[in-house]
Amino acid sequence: MKEFKSWKDYPIGGIISEPGSTLELDVSGWRNERPQIDQEKCIRCRICWIFCPDAAIIEEEKPYTTKTGKSYRLTYSVDYVHCKGCGICAQECPAKAIQMIPEV
Amino acid sequence: MSFEETRIKTLWDIPKEEHFVGGHSLCAGCTASTIVRHLLKVAGRNTIVVNATGCVEVSTTSFPYTAWRVPWLHVAFENAGAVASGVESAIKAMKAKGMIPFEKEINVIALAGDGGSFDIGFQALSGLMERGHKVMFVIYDNEAYMNTGIQRSGATPFGAWTTTTPVTRRIRGEWRTKKDMFDIAIAHGLDYVATANPAYPVDMDVKFQKGLNTDGPSLVHVIMPCTTGWRFEPRYGITIAKLATETAVWINMEYDRGNFSVTVPVRKRKHVREYLKLQGRYSHLSDLEIELIQQQIDRKVEEINRRAGKEVIGPLEA
Amino acid sequence: MTAVIERRKEMKALSTNKAVAEAVKDSDVDVVAAYPITPQTTVVERIAELIGEGQLEAEIIHVESEHSALSAVIGASAVGARVFTATASQGLALMHEVLHITSGLRLPVVMSVAMRSLSAPISIFNDHSDVMNQRDSGWIMIFASTAQEAYDSIIQAYRIAENPEVLLPVMVTYDGYLMSHTIEPVEVLGKYVSEEYIPKKQTWNVLDPDKPITMGTITSPDYYYEFKYSQAVALEGSLPHIIKADEDFRKLYGRGYGVVDSYRLEDAEIAVLATSSYYINLKYAVDEVRKRGIKAGAIKLRVYRPFPREQLYSMIKGLSALGVIDRSVSFGMTPSGPIALDIMSSYRYRDAPPVQSFIAGLGQRRMLIEDFVKIFEILEKRAATNSISEKSIFYGVKGVEL
Repeated sequence: MKEFKSWKDYPIGGIISEPGSTLELDVSGWRNERPQIDQEKCIRCRICWIFCPDAAIIEEEKPYTTKTGKSYRLTYSVDYVHCKGCGICAQECPAKAIQMIPEV
Repeated sequence: MSFEETRIKTLWDIPKEEHFVGGHSLCAGCTASTIVRHLLKVAGRNTIVVNATGCVEVSTTSFPYTAWRVPWLHVAFENAGAVASGVESAIKAMKAKGMIPFEKEINVIALAGDGGSFDIGFQALSGLMERGHKVMFVIYDNEAYMNTGIQRSGATPFGAWTTTTPVTRRIRGEWRTKKDMFDIAIAHGLDYVATANPAYPVDMDVKFQKGLNTDGPSLVHVIMPCTTGWRFEPRYGITIAKLATETAVWINMEYDRGNFSVTVPVRKRKHVREYLKLQGRYSHLSDLEIELIQQQIDRKVEEINRRAGKEVIGPLEA
Repeated sequence: MTAVIERRKEMKALSTNKAVAEAVKDSDVDVVAAYPITPQTTVVERIAELIGEGQLEAEIIHVESEHSALSAVIGASAVGARVFTATASQGLALMHEVLHITSGLRLPVVMSVAMRSLSAPISIFNDHSDVMNQRDSGWIMIFASTAQEAYDSIIQAYRIAENPEVLLPVMVTYDGYLMSHTIEPVEVLGKYVSEEYIPKKQTWNVLDPDKPITMGTITSPDYYYEFKYSQAVALEGSLPHIIKADEDFRKLYGRGYGVVDSYRLEDAEIAVLATSSYYINLKYAVDEVRKRGIKAGAIKLRVYRPFPREQLYSMIKGLSALGVIDRSVSFGMTPSGPIALDIMSSYRYRDAPPVQSFIAGLGQRRMLIEDFVKIFEILEKRAATNSISEKSIFYGVKGVEL
């Protein structure tokens, strides 16, 4: 947590002037299960990225070629700092490419 | 660019930028955050959000951290409509006086749950709509007061358990039906009113676009399955949202300058049982009660089809 | 260099409500939101006319309640606009929640209140119940005694509120009907005031897409307390800025009011303190009782929050008794007058005169100069016989012996 040593350090009116600062917070402890994307099965449909409530699916311009020779321009991965493990991505994945693995 | 050129047509047109980021403390699987993410993707950075008190407000701006990358203001529960009116009027006045560059376009969005719109926020919302401010009012409707622990609201549907419509000997969940916000908004003379569903993101995002493109007030009412209050596992939020439309519990429709249309037609409807059975808030319902709900939906579908002038929502699957 | 500003003072015959509207125009306000309530209504009617006539370039929001009126001006102020709202009585009570939020957000909102009693039963007439109910809401509170003072105080209010060392909302109050609808001569200054005395500067945090901030956040027990402490410090610390704003105003326009005022106090043995229009009649009463050999003086409390502790103390310390007239009741408390209570608790550790609390004029029960004379006589007698009472004297209630 951010520390304010004195009341004098507090911003006037309680404003927050660092936009998007919740990104500094780690919510991984919320998880019971972690999503794991199988890059071989993933069809790059964007569905998981679309539905993720925590903007925790990363969409990158990173080429990938599967063992069967299918080439993709994009790669999807998980931001495990901000993923809360809700499982919407796995539930909605039309290719069943996301598995929920229990956290130990 | 014209609206048609910028209109979102596929999932791939949805902007990549995130103006509502992760790390907030909305529940795992909360579909409100999916809705708000999309709302801001569509609105972009030149946007001011006025948020009524509610889940989204308390979970995303816990000092000293904020999930918002656009200017954001919360004042109280019942007044988002009034605060947004003030924001919009100030922009207008300051542009007229050269205090804000005239060409600078700033979207003003009021965001509220069902409490902040149907109930305590209703008066301010009505004032906003009636006065014609260029503000898009977005309702994320989880059909009860979830922030305070699942109490019944004017948006709670018939049969739903809440902590104040408990399932007991004499009360079996909510016994009244949901308020019709769509027609209430139309009755205020709005140019654009829509219902939307996060399980249909392109449809929802286009509605946000159209709302923001309206030269006056607009209202987009979005269904928001709530894992905590509707009693389902976090992963089912979008599945349940989709079933809401597939069973015609929730019809995705719009009213665009006099034209009514159902934007997500349903050829064959699923029985409402499919929607209800995934939710703990309906687990007490008897077959008879489920049939009663089905009949309510059948009547609604009939009315909608009449209004659309054709069969946009089909019959029940055999 | 600054452009040549046309300085054209002008005398007008205005009710206090109209004078306030004139001050709003001369302050070049950007957004006005208000809801009609007697006896405030003509303020906003006049503002609407001024906008309609093109004398004021501003947006007027015809809100559907006072709660929304203050909410709307908060929204406008948060974007950086200079804002104004006005209300009275039940309207102010309805705003109660938002009053606290305005000061908590530290937005420079200015509001006028044509003071009126509170229901039930309904009375549309004057007393101070509405305003006194809001004294802990974190606003700067100024009581004006004349239409001229109300006009000047509204203009000063923007200077105070927008001062980066202050950033607090300001309420300028005056008596409903006794002032709101009473026509007096008022010297108006014209729009140059807004460039000369209150030039627009964005001194507070605003919602700007180029520099996004989150405003109106939620705090845990780890953070909340410091915000309230800094609000307490800011309100208390605003007093010198209020005094300075008044002095600067006097230098430019020849009129100033101080935070407290007095009349014939130099050799006075007893004095009575009042606010707003009562002070005017009190001064006549002083002249009258002095003819009868009572060494009396009058004191006016102009700034009520922050409480001008030292300034008032220097006036009262040598007196043998002080009467305080309140126009509202703190129910269940002895004495029952809020201002009397404030004075008694402020100087409890100092050498201060005994305070006799009077309640008067509730629901605009008529108070003539002879009534104020009577109050002086009661005070003088009680002081002489050592019978100042802990209980308030409810002056003018039928069936209550004085």
